[in-house]
Amino acid sequence: MNAKRHVSESATTRLSRLLTMVPWLLKRQGVEIEEVAREFGVTPAQVEADLALLFLCGTPGGYHGDLIEAEWESGKVFLGNADTIKRPLRLGVDEALALIVGLRALAAVPGIGERDAVVRALAKLEAATGSAATGASRIQVVIDEGTSKETMALAQEALTALRRVHLRYLVPGRDESTERDVDPMRVINFDAQWYLEGWCHRAEDVRLFRFDRIESLTVLDQDGTPPAEAQPRDLDTGVFTSRADDQLVRLTLGSGAAWVSDYYPTESIEPAKDGGAVVTLRTADTAWLRRLMWRLGSQARVLEPADLALEVQQGAREALKAYAAAAGSTVPSG
Amino acid sequence: MSTQPNAAVKTERLLNLVICLLYTRMPMSKAKIRDVVPQYGATASEEAFDRMFERDKDELRDLGIPLVTEPLDVFFDDEPGYRIDRREYALPEISFASDELAVLGLASRAWAQASLAGPAAQALRKLKAAGVERDDSSLIGIEPRVRTAEPAFEKVKKAVLERIPVTFTYRAAGSGEGTTRHVQPWGIASWHGRWYLTGFDTDRGAARVFRLGRIEGDVATAGKPAAYDVPAGHQPTAMISTMAGERDPQPAVLRVRVGAGHSLRRRAVDVGDLDDMWSQVRIDFTDTEAFADEISSFGPDVVVENPTELRESVIRRLTGALDLVPRSDEVSR
Repeated sequence: MNAKRHVSESATTRLSRLLTMVPWLLKRQGVEIEEVAREFGVTPAQVEADLALLFLCGTPGGYHGDLIEAEWESGKVFLGNADTIKRPLRLGVDEALALIVGLRALAAVPGIGERDAVVRALAKLEAATGSAATGASRIQVVIDEGTSKETMALAQEALTALRRVHLRYLVPGRDESTERDVDPMRVINFDAQWYLEGWCHRAEDVRLFRFDRIESLTVLDQDGTPPAEAQPRDLDTGVFTSRADDQLVRLTLGSGAAWVSDYYPTESIEPAKDGGAVVTLRTADTAWLRRLMWRLGSQARVLEPADLALEVQQGAREALKAYAAAAGSTVPSG
Repeated sequence: MSTQPNAAVKTERLLNLVICLLYTRMPMSKAKIRDVVPQYGATASEEAFDRMFERDKDELRDLGIPLVTEPLDVFFDDEPGYRIDRREYALPEISFASDELAVLGLASRAWAQASLAGPAAQALRKLKAAGVERDDSSLIGIEPRVRTAEPAFEKVKKAVLERIPVTFTYRAAGSGEGTTRHVQPWGIASWHGRWYLTGFDTDRGAARVFRLGRIEGDVATAGKPAAYDVPAGHQPTAMISTMAGERDPQPAVLRVRVGAGHSLRRRAVDVGDLDDMWSQVRIDFTDTEAFADEISSFGPDVVVENPTELRESVIRRLTGALDLVPRSDEVSR
């Protein structure tokens, strides 16, 4: 779902970007084109096209002195004569909403040290948005600490003191308890789950540990500065990552299981009429997929590889045998 | 992202129109606008221009630009004039301290994987456009991400904000059967990672909570905006936590294979060994469907002894997983 779609942009989408870009640039004379592109999530070529368009616009009259001045030959952008649109447009309903609901959720996050900054930012924002924010109170996001309050407090203590921690951790996909030393990097909340991200000395790589699967966490009296190569992962590609040499798996998902395609990184998604989809994804380990398939029941099916489909079926049959034996009830033989 | 030539011409026209209407202190007549916005001058006829101008006005208003219509002359109100109110247009002067910008950045990025990702990023850029910031949000050490995987999110959110009655097919928790519901939406909330709608169910004549993930297909509007009132001070999460979840825990008895089911053993009230293959695990749960999801994922390693409702839910999932051949309606497109 992070795929950039190559559809042509509507005139109003572009206008909206230009009306934000002009004030942004006016405050940052001489900024590099690349930086503008990064900030606005477009290509440098698009930034140049935008600047070329601005150059043609201006106050009524159409004379040279009426037009917006834009210069970017050197790769640095200079903008002038754009007083009428030097202020950004007010926040729209969705814009105000996203920030206000987000800030309110943050204010309630346990252990956030910046609660004071959140409260101040919220007050200023609410004052500036006025009626656009009227409905915001009826949209809420709860980020709670679940059952891992004490473990989280310990992890945050280790983070601030730069201490290494020892974890007894349950590997969910394999239903296996493991021991490992970890240098904590940050605490994140993804889809209402809390994770500790850190350099795992067992895997010699950055790993995410779900707090509700940490069986015990001990803060060690040992320096916990992560090695230089420990890079926090880009959360916007999801918490799960796959590699090109992983096995290719094809699944059909019913509408009740469509969330799977948002949850795991997929190679392709072909939506089906009924709200479901056929998805392709890559994975190194199929144990978790088997478990996912049992859980999804009739809502999902493995199309490829065939041996995985068989494993899912065999496991389900074996599990159902236990019920048939206990109750004498009839279980489909498959 | 490619921009088509006519889209570029239109952007240019709209931008010139915005600048021109912000620039003018007095309302401007349509004839004058056609005269000074070069792209309008090129229109073939009066009618073509009229149609184009009407569409442009609507599109600017949709962007939230306060384009006002006022009489050109206070004594003769037969011809309308147009302008954009500068004070209404501009984001008020606000400046944020760097720690405030850092938390605003966090709040904006929280939506990076949700349908509000675009507006959230745009909002932050507007706030940052006002000044030069230093982003030190990495120092906070906490990064929340909210998701809106439920397809119904956008329409339900809009209905909540605008107070528009809606109708949709809702899948019941136990049977999976879909029924048509008519609802006056009050609020929407993400709670324990799932989005819920709160509102008044007009068929049942009572307040109800709906899980967005159980809404099937399209959400249709069934009325006009501001069609009803929302109870004053309505708190969606308060209603959800009392109605949807937090029921009293019920006890379950499971048979768990030795060496497996770690997460269940951890939460167990009591674990005892039945033989060298199986343990008996007594455990409390609140949501039958969620617990059945978890238990089914252990496949043959966990067997539900009781309660029956939980047992049936697990058997239903496993029976579903037996079926190797996709049903034809699942693959046809």
